[in-house]
Amino acid sequence: MSDRPLSIEVRDVAKSFRIQTDHPADRPRKDKLLHPFRAEHREFKVLEDISFEVERGEFFGVIGRNGSGKSTLLKILASVYAADAGRVRIAGRMAPFLELGVGFNQQQPARENVIMNAVMMGLTPDEAASRADEMIDFAGLSDHTDLQLKNYSSGMKVRLAFSVLTQVDADILLLDEVLAVGDSAFQQKCESVFTKLRDEGKTIVLVTHSMPTVNAFCDHALLLHDGRIDAFGKPIDVSNRYLEVNMRAAAEAEGGRDGYAARFAETIADPPIHIADAWLGADPEQRNSALGSGEPIIFNAELEVVRAVERPGFQFKIEDGQGQSLFMGGAADLELEGGHAEPGERLRVRVEVENRLAPGRYVISGGGAQLTSDGTSEPATPVTALNFEVEGTRAEGLMELDHAVTMERIDSDKPVIGRP
Amino acid sequence: MSSAGGAPAIGADLPELREIPGPSAFGTDRTRFWELLWIVSVSDFKQTYANTTLGFLWTIIKPLVFFGVIFVVLRGILRFGADVPNYPLILVMGLIMFQYFQEVTTRGVRSIPNRESMIRKMHFPRIIVPLSIALTATLTLFFNLLAVSPLFFAFGLWPTLEWLWMIPILATLILFSTALGLILSVTFIRFPDVDQVWSLVARVLFYASPVLFPIEKIPEPFDVVMTAVNPLAPLIELARVVVIDPNAPGPLAVAGPLLGVLLPLSMIAFAAVFSLWIFKREAPRVAEAL
Repeated sequence: MSDRPLSIEVRDVAKSFRIQTDHPADRPRKDKLLHPFRAEHREFKVLEDISFEVERGEFFGVIGRNGSGKSTLLKILASVYAADAGRVRIAGRMAPFLELGVGFNQQQPARENVIMNAVMMGLTPDEAASRADEMIDFAGLSDHTDLQLKNYSSGMKVRLAFSVLTQVDADILLLDEVLAVGDSAFQQKCESVFTKLRDEGKTIVLVTHSMPTVNAFCDHALLLHDGRIDAFGKPIDVSNRYLEVNMRAAAEAEGGRDGYAARFAETIADPPIHIADAWLGADPEQRNSALGSGEPIIFNAELEVVRAVERPGFQFKIEDGQGQSLFMGGAADLELEGGHAEPGERLRVRVEVENRLAPGRYVISGGGAQLTSDGTSEPATPVTALNFEVEGTRAEGLMELDHAVTMERIDSDKPVIGRP
Repeated sequence: MSSAGGAPAIGADLPELREIPGPSAFGTDRTRFWELLWIVSVSDFKQTYANTTLGFLWTIIKPLVFFGVIFVVLRGILRFGADVPNYPLILVMGLIMFQYFQEVTTRGVRSIPNRESMIRKMHFPRIIVPLSIALTATLTLFFNLLAVSPLFFAFGLWPTLEWLWMIPILATLILFSTALGLILSVTFIRFPDVDQVWSLVARVLFYASPVLFPIEKIPEPFDVVMTAVNPLAPLIELARVVVIDPNAPGPLAVAGPLLGVLLPLSMIAFAAVFSLWIFKREAPRVAEAL
């Protein structure tokens, strides 16, 4: 790691919950009367041996399947849950966004909720009161200030919560699945807020299911699996491992050892082809992740063949920051000269895509593929992903298309077409 | 550390790494504690009254109507209390004091689950939740006393220096009620039966307090038992002595120094200490127990 100062330091954190195994309703009444305060408990380990560091100004992703302990970890960081063991140190003030919100009170108007939350996140009551209008305004809700919160739609509540969060001058933001809610306009707003916060040197910890989101935004990521750190490091490595974990789980659900998901998981764990390098831009010496509007997207990869592969190919996908898939291309069989790739060979892949993307942040991910004898396509490498930005000011919509709009005067004496 | 050519500029004003406090009863910052207590109490107050048409007036209407009904039944129908000086005032004073106790404790029971969304998502001193309820109720208590004061004047009672004794009496009542509110709020999380149990106990305590019947109307040895076992009883008796009727029997006269003063005071002191201890012990886990 570099010598940037740390923002979060987690050491040997463990957490277990006591789960009541016999619900009071299930116990015989006689037993309950004899031992009213006794209940069978089971220790359920949620987190074990969790140690990691986040540097200041980092965008840090936490991914994992449901029940892997992501949210518990975030709650420990936010001082909502107490860790059973270990130590957490943070630098500065933290603003949490947990369980899709910040703890609003349904019966009260937006303004009061905003003030109360801002105070809980560290502003003084005066500061909170003077910023409340700004926060409501930023959420686009200034017309509904005095409405009780229960009359808000869930999207409005999330917008409001997010707005409070970003304006309490916190050094560290903890975001649990923030992109999973809200409409696409809100998600785009989140995206631009992320970029702004990152430029201000804030540390952001984002819990998500979405691998494209991790790849598009995060500097580092952590994969939790069954309460332990399964992978830590570059987002692409972590998300490949996540893909493998997911595929193994899917294989188990399929029940077969040789189903598609099982083979997929095997391939990612021990691929016949490695991706030695991947970069954006025409020149490997000048890798470039910022594109002008309309500038073609050029993606290159160098592959190293470890085991022989019949009919290798390459497939890629472009996704936006919210994980929306925009385009898929490539082929499982690129008709390599000679048909198959031998161990020790190196292959070069070059992808050039016209760029009609609206300004914003995107991920291009790709991986080697192979066409098997039964005609199905299978991955031959883990996925690699690179994020890039299309520069310009964001307007409505996902694409920039060539278009023409003209206007001209017409003779006012001519009869209007279509009118008698 | 500085092998990579110069320290980064953004580190200059960086706050130091500090261990996170974790969830706790009191938090670490005293100023913030009071700020938060205030803001949560105001929100509790508004939530209780803002959505009703009569709003805060309800705090005054409720005890007055209650008083009216009881007064009509006991005095008008049962002909009770004609020989007790200023009986209506005794009733009003007792009702207001008891109602305060009841509000703090019964609202305290479910106070933590009622603030679940806050507790599960935010870090703040947990004790603020039941304390804010006690604070709101205390405000109501003073408004109630203020609202019924004309009644006292109408009966020819004007403030004297003796009335200042109400300050320690009410302070003790507030302390005792708040302590029970704290205990109930955390025990409810573990034992949901507390809710039912407490509504029963509160009713029993009402009849075990000299509210409907002045203490001298209660036959021996029940008056002694009542004064000794229910810490609310001596407080209500004392309030009557200092404000309404200096000749009324106080707890000392009823039960003697040991049972009338020492035992109730030690019970209150014990409740206060125990409440802080148990709340402090349980506070770090309330979020996950919900």
